[in-house]
Amino acid sequence: MSLDKTTVAKIAYLARIEVPEADREHMAGELSKILEFVEQLGEVDTTGVVPMASVVDTGLRRRSDLVTDGGYVDAVLANAPDRAGSYFAVPKVVE
Amino acid sequence: MSSEVRASGKNELPNEMTVTGWRRQSNTFSATDLVSSVASAVESGKSLNAYITTTPERAMDQARHSTERQKSGAGRALEGVVIGVKDNFCTADIQTTAGSRILEGFIPQYESFVTKKLLDAGAVFFGKTNLDEFGMGSSTENSAYGPTLNPCGIALGSSEFVPGGSSGGSAAAVAADQALAAMATDTGGSIRQPASFCGVVGFKPTYGACSRWGIIAYASSLDQAGVITKTVGDAALLMDVIAGSDPKDSTSVAYDFGGFEHSLRNTSGAFTVGIPRQFRDMSTTPDLEGVWQEIERRVSAAGGCVQLVDLPTIKYSLPTYYIIALAEASSNLARYDGVRFGYRANDPKNLIDLYERSRAEGFGRETKRRIMLGTYCLSAGYYDQYYAKAQRVRTMIYNDFARAFEAVDFLAWPTTPTPAFKFGSHNADPVSMYLEDVFTVPVNLAGLPAISLPIFQAANGMPMGGQLIGPRFSDARLLAVANSMLK
Repeated sequence: MSLDKTTVAKIAYLARIEVPEADREHMAGELSKILEFVEQLGEVDTTGVVPMASVVDTGLRRRSDLVTDGGYVDAVLANAPDRAGSYFAVPKVVE
Repeated sequence: MSSEVRASGKNELPNEMTVTGWRRQSNTFSATDLVSSVASAVESGKSLNAYITTTPERAMDQARHSTERQKSGAGRALEGVVIGVKDNFCTADIQTTAGSRILEGFIPQYESFVTKKLLDAGAVFFGKTNLDEFGMGSSTENSAYGPTLNPCGIALGSSEFVPGGSSGGSAAAVAADQALAAMATDTGGSIRQPASFCGVVGFKPTYGACSRWGIIAYASSLDQAGVITKTVGDAALLMDVIAGSDPKDSTSVAYDFGGFEHSLRNTSGAFTVGIPRQFRDMSTTPDLEGVWQEIERRVSAAGGCVQLVDLPTIKYSLPTYYIIALAEASSNLARYDGVRFGYRANDPKNLIDLYERSRAEGFGRETKRRIMLGTYCLSAGYYDQYYAKAQRVRTMIYNDFARAFEAVDFLAWPTTPTPAFKFGSHNADPVSMYLEDVFTVPVNLAGLPAISLPIFQAANGMPMGGQLIGPRFSDARLLAVANSMLK
């Protein structure tokens, strides 16, 4: 599959990474090369094969529904780029 | 520097800058002396750029405490052992960047499970070692903090060789005596490949043998903590401390390995080692042929016998790995949004602009490529074609290994197709860099333990490693056999 500039712009939006118009053509070329490489999997017959998400049995472990942690607002906010009181602060989102 | 000796794989000279070597001398050479000697090695080897952050004062405080404990007979398992820690382990109060600009200045408020265990065992951290951004790379060229140089190359008078990656800083630090041992992670070869390039030992345990809690995630179903050391014995000592399950990582497994260090004292007895026909029949070079022959020679010398085995789907490991790793990365790295921690772009116009520019400015080229491809492979209409397909092929690869281990105890093949390549060799084509991982990724897909041993010197004088791979949870016996292969 060869990707075009429009698809790159769409992926960039989905991934929330700004890719300037001027870079899209080059990015499309790089990504297409990698896709072409991975597409060799198309030749493997996987009929009836169960997909593997993890080599470890991923059955969810249960624990008692108890509070075991918490109560350290300052540690949680210690690396925040911006904070307001006990909250993370972001630019105004309601136009 | 004794890396030439180690690179030749002869190991005849005792190297005191090992955990076991230092222990033998710790009566005359204290933990604080050790920190001083590591500090001077780091200072004189500054151009290597093995560390992103060093914490010499903290290390000296820890060492003083260790010395006191040793004097009073209260020394713990790794008391005073000076370790470098890959900068993708969260370390409380010490900057942790994962080699990314997006985490510059990030100070974890907690200690990773594995580093906590090391600290509790008395280990002394000298600093955080360099890596390809988020573990994505095979050369450290993708670090936002500059590449690490290969100390074996330096010993030969050249600064052109990469140390391998992503744990290039950990491997270089150990090879250059800038730590007795180093912690690292391996998602697709990031422990074993740099160990091969720097002439040291790199051990990736069974997936699930250690907790991933506090390790900055790249591809969660593949990421595994492990160690880079100069000897197999040192790897065993560290494994005895870091292995274990943890309620905070539901993929960590409570398994009784029966003591890694202890297992080295048992003679390994008879064993069989399978050589995959699919790798043995690949086009080869004189260097690679040399590694193959050295593997076979050492297996025989250690009392093992070699036989060919079939792993029919193993040739699809690289594309399978890249789809799965990139898909998981795109999901894991969604957390870097400029809101709660990490880099935030200046003057965002709105929330979308804040996300898009923080991530565009904070991530490096390769990371962006991987996130975008992973996003594409998971997007509506392509999920089955790419991601689900790769998960199915992963099952087939896993089953191939399971069948092989019905016939043989271990498998072996070279760690890397070539010795260390030069900086810039793969700039033009990312896929050519991915091909460097051909011998390492199959192991991660199947969650197997594998060790890279420094057994060969290439024609240009640079080291190359051979790998020994075992069934899941065979880690202790694997180390015992690996140890006898290095003798």
